Formats: sequence, structure tokens, C-alpha cells
Amino acid sequence: MSTFAAPAVRAEPGTSGSGGRSGPVAWMAAPALAMFVAFAVVPLLGVLALSFTSWDGIRDITPSGLNSWRAVLTDPQLPHAIGVTFLIMALSWLVQTPLSLLIGVFLAGRQRYRELLAVLYFIPLLLSSAAIAITFKALLDPNFGLGNGLQLAVLQQDWLGKGHLAVGVVVAVVSWQYVPFHALIYQGGVRQIPDSLYEAAQLDGAGRIRQFFSITLPQLRYTIITSSTLMVVGSLTFFDLIFVLTAGGPADATRMLAVDMYQRGFQATLMGPASVIAVILVLIGLGLALLLRRLGGGKPDDSQLEGV
Amino acid sequence: MNPSPLSRRSFLSLVAGTSAAATLAACGSSGPSGPGSGDAGAADYWFLSGQPQENIRAGAVDRFGKANDNKITSAAFPNDAYKAKIKTALGAGQAPTIIWGWGGGGLKSYVEAGQVEDLTSWFTENAAVKDRLFPASFGPATIDNKIYAMPAETVQPIVLFYNKEVFDKAGAQPPQSWADIMNLVQVFNTKKIAPFSLGGQSRWTNMMWLEFLFDRIGGSEVFQAAFEGEKEAWSHPAAKEALTKMQDLIRADGFVKGFSSIAADTNADQALLFTGKAAMMLHGSWTYQSMNTDGGDFVSGGKLGYLTFPPVEGGKGDPSDTVGNAGQYLSISAKASAEQKATAKKFFQSGVLDDTEIQQWIDSGAVPIVKGTEAKLAASTDAAFLKFIYDTASGAKVFAQSWDQALTPTAAETLLDTIAKFFQLSIGPDQFIQTMNGTIGK
Repeated sequence: MSTFAAPAVRAEPGTSGSGGRSGPVAWMAAPALAMFVAFAVVPLLGVLALSFTSWDGIRDITPSGLNSWRAVLTDPQLPHAIGVTFLIMALSWLVQTPLSLLIGVFLAGRQRYRELLAVLYFIPLLLSSAAIAITFKALLDPNFGLGNGLQLAVLQQDWLGKGHLAVGVVVAVVSWQYVPFHALIYQGGVRQIPDSLYEAAQLDGAGRIRQFFSITLPQLRYTIITSSTLMVVGSLTFFDLIFVLTAGGPADATRMLAVDMYQRGFQATLMGPASVIAVILVLIGLGLALLLRRLGGGKPDDSQLEGV
Repeated sequence: MNPSPLSRRSFLSLVAGTSAAATLAACGSSGPSGPGSGDAGAADYWFLSGQPQENIRAGAVDRFGKANDNKITSAAFPNDAYKAKIKTALGAGQAPTIIWGWGGGGLKSYVEAGQVEDLTSWFTENAAVKDRLFPASFGPATIDNKIYAMPAETVQPIVLFYNKEVFDKAGAQPPQSWADIMNLVQVFNTKKIAPFSLGGQSRWTNMMWLEFLFDRIGGSEVFQAAFEGEKEAWSHPAAKEALTKMQDLIRADGFVKGFSSIAADTNADQALLFTGKAAMMLHGSWTYQSMNTDGGDFVSGGKLGYLTFPPVEGGKGDPSDTVGNAGQYLSISAKASAEQKATAKKFFQSGVLDDTEIQQWIDSGAVPIVKGTEAKLAASTDAAFLKFIYDTASGAKVFAQSWDQALTPTAAETLLDTIAKFFQLSIGPDQFIQTMNGTIGK
């Protein structure tokens, strides 16, 4: 069910921003639109309908009004799951953004060794989340893992068995996986900044650090917004990685909304309440995407290249 | 620049691509259609994959097909995938004729949805089929005094395993009581060996401890009351005592460091025992087979010890009581055709647990649920262990079902979730009792 949320949210900026004036262009959108309606809008409406019913997956679906909503909204597990979701979201944004920004700026240089490094950095992105989770789980195993193998006291922690450590591990693994992707976005962004800006700055006697903060960073404003939107909204749907790595544990320390939804729906066979969580996930995703667009919006007429 | 020819071509290729994708999707969904298709008489049967069990199950189907005109087609699925698939298939009215399962709460949810056949009268007519099986195996197949499943395969009680080599080195004796357990925890902790191995991330592994403590302290009726939906059943004084003792053991570092992040599916918990990093382990009898395969000469060299969970001082429970899987279960789909049902019943009568299958289960290191196999068990290379399991299962005053399989899926999920928090010490006995009382009747 987590898959419904993602496309609905990601498509959001596109639909509101399209002009739709010329005929052929609108036609070309038709297949995509048909797919979107069939695989995102229709299931979404289905989930909304299911949230007002009670269903265990086997018996008949019976309407139950607001029962599921009442059950979920009064369950202390909901604020906890939302809290964990936002905690992991915020931490992974805080870790990923500076890292991928710096790596992206570094990789934007045209030197040979940097291109080689760019290829190496890209590797984590090629691996599936489940494979990454299994690998890290084995490395962090408290008895047969890396820490015990190397006999290093620093590594001999109960990484996935203590709540705060487990959250840290999840953030670290997520960052390891996605920093390359965002570095790639930033690399592209940096390469689009006109050289003339840097030349002018050099003439005015600006050093490298000054150039970074006065030219690179402001010029990357929209890139930062794009990358942050992907990070924030994407982190709502982390499921596979967490489910394999910690299964939401220890106890419920890493049980994000998506994991909570799965456990309610497919393990406790309460499809109604699980659908309620799915709807909440979609709403949070839409809200965040809109908020980020507002933050990065400014006036549409503004140019980043004024005076160049 | 004139974009129109280009855009038309790309539009067409898009259409082609989309329709190809749609065709593929259609193929995907129509692919595994088992029932309904083909001739209506052929019954089908889904079960779990994984060796050696898968070959034994498939072999029984093959022999039945050769001996009879009525054929059964079979398909095997991995455990977790099967659980999801069978539920979806039942919900969609596409279930196979023969449904492999665990009985208990899961079976009850099928029964309440009217998805499985009532076999009570069939077992009365075919008393011979019923009488050759362990009577205890019918417990999880019985819902409201009616039998909805044929017990099959093997009996799997939960056993307290220990590493004899580690015990010898420490000069320790296997525990005969709860006090012994608490003493051994100290003995092994001072020797820097984990007293108990535990794959706590899987949650049901923790549950086995509570199952035994509840039984030994308050008797089997404590959980039975909760199972039967008695109000405030978890508030029984024995529950509080068992839960308190459990947390005492956790606080005394009774379990291996980091147990809450060890998953039982990786068999890391068994590895801790056979590598001597842990002294004891409470686990299902099925781990004997995997420790035999993975543990080098650990099992064949006689280093694996086993005993039934010891009594607790002052407890009311019968020390012969045990917990686990009393068998595996075969039900017949209510949606199957009359012909399919007849084939399935014939398979139950002559195909399930025939002599070849019985021998194959014994060779794999497990005890089939058939009476009178003592001689065959004694002839096996694993004779000592098999005799122990046979005696445990047949001598148990009460052979209780695993809690998570006895309860409905909804209550079971709350139970496992609460147990995970309880073992993490983030909630105490009182909160455990309160949460579980809230699930009664759900």
C-alpha cells in the first residue's frame, strides 16, 4: 500500500504546474495520465473507501462508518509512529543535505579523478534496499558482526537492539544509500551555474569559501528545494529497508507510519485501520510537498541569473 | 524546428509501450490461476517450500496420483509468501482444494468466513483415519467442537536445548527448576558465556518463554481462559508472577547481549548455541534438523543436550505439559467442487502419512503424528532425540498450541507487539496485563 502514496505525491507538483495549451503535448500526457489514474488515483479512492469499513482480508467487507478512524486516532501508537517518521525524516535530511551538497560541488569539477570518484559514489544506488538491509544487518550483528570480528570496542555496540542506536543506524544506512543520488542532482545544478559569475567574483577578490556561500549556494536554491522534496517525501515511504533491518524494532523504536500500516493491515489483518494510516500518509505527503513548494516558490518572475 | 512528426512517433511508441506493459501485467495476474481452470475434478494443493519437507510433501502427492485415477496438482511457496497468498486467495474465492495450515486462530478465521469444510462427520465415518493419529493433534483442528482440518506431518514441541561441552567446562548441571536457571545465569555470566541464546527480533521466540512460565506457575488453564475469551483473563495472579519472573531473568542478563536484534530466520540464535557462545536455548524441536546440518559435529558428536522446560517452585502446572505445534493441518476449501472434495478426502484417507511418508519424516529427524512408530524411531540415527520428542509429545498432560497460532491474527499481533516491548523492558507486567486484557474478544 505504501506504493500508492509515492506516485500521488510525486506527481503533485507536475499536475499543478502544467500549462496544457498546445494540443499534441496534452495528447502525449494521455498514456501517463491513464496509468496514473489506473494505478494511483483509483487505488487511492479504494483505500479511502476501505478506511470506512472493517475487513480482515477474507470475510466480506462491511461498512463500519468512522470506527476505524476512531480506533486509529485514539491509539497512542499513531502519535508515536508519526513522531518516529518525522524524527527519521528530519535526521536523514540533516545528514544527507550538507553531505550531498558538498560531494555534488566537489564532483562538479571536471578533473579525471573526480569523474572516477563520481562513478564509485554511484554504486550504492544500484543496490536494492532489501539487499542493503540484509548486508548491514549481518555487519552489525552483535555476536557475529564486524565489531566482534575486528575486536574493536567502538563497534561492539548493540546497534539494532537499543532504540536510539537503531534510529541512528537507520538514518546512516538511508544516507549511505541516497547521498549519491542527491550528490548527482547537486552536481548537475552546480554545472549549470555560469562561469562568468565565478570570474566576476574572482576579479572582486572573493575567496573559495566566499564564492561558495555567495554564488554556489544561492544559485542552487531550486536544486536544494527539489532534492529536499525528494528526501522528505521519499522518507515517508521507507519500508523495505526498515522492515528487513529492524522490523520496526527494537519494540517500536523504528516503527514508522509505513511499517505500522503494514503490521496493522497484513499481520493483524485490520485492513480498515491500515487504510486510515495510508490516507494519513498521503495527506502528510501532500502537505509536505505543498509546503516545500511554497518555501522555494518566490515569485515566478524571479530570475536566478539577473544581471548575467 | 518542426516537432510534430517526432511527437507523433513518440506518441505511438508510447502507446505501444503502454499496451505491451498492460499485456504483461495481464499475463502476470492471470498466471498463477490454479483453481477453476483445467478440469473440475482435479484437486489442487498448496504447501510450504523448503527442504527436506517440500520433497516429502510432493512425494505423497505423486504416490497418490500413481495409485489413483484422481489426480492432485501441487504447488509450493515460501513461508511468508504463502501466508499472504493463501489469505488473498481465500478472500478472492480462488483457494486451492487442499489448504495447508497451522490450525488454531488462523483456521478459526477461515471457519468464521465459511471458507473451509466441516470434517466432523467424515471423521466419524472414517474412525480409522482418526484413531491412528495422536489425539492431541486434533486440538488445533477443532473449532467449537467441530473438526475442520486433517492433522498431518510432524509434532514439534518446544525444547530446552543445551551445549553439553559448555556445561562440562563450567562444571554445571542442566537445570531442574527455575532456581537452577537463575543460578546458571550467574555461573555462565561470570564465565563470559551467554546463559541463553534468543532470536528476540522474531518476537514469537520470546513468547515461548512466557508460554512455559505461565503454564508451570499457573497451569494450562491460565492461557486457556484468555483463549476462550474470558474477561480480564490475563489478570490471573499467576500471569503477574510469570511476567515478573521473566523480567527478573532479563534484568539478570539471562539472554545473550543484543538478543532483541537477532532474527530467528537467520538461525543466528542456533549458531550461538553450537559455537559455544551461549549455553542454552529454548526453541522448537525443528531446530534439531538445522543444527544437525549447520553445526558440524555438534549434533552427531553428542554435544547437544535437551530436556523439557523445568518446573517452577510452588507452581501449579504439570511438569509434563508442553507447548508447540501439535501437527500441521490440511483443510478442504468450501468453494471446491464435489469431485475435488471427494479427491481430497480420498487423499486424506490413503495418501496422507502413508508408510513411505512416515519413514521420510523420521529420516529427516522429526516425529510423525502417527501412533505406534516407536520401533521405526528406535532404528533411526537420531533415535535418542526422536524418542525424547515422542515421549514428550505423547506423555504431555496438556500439549498447548503456540499462543500466536491459537489466537486470532489481530490478537496475536497485539500479543507479539506487547511481548517485544516487554522484553525490551519498556513496559512492565501491569501494562502487559492491561494491554492483553484489551484484546479479549477481538
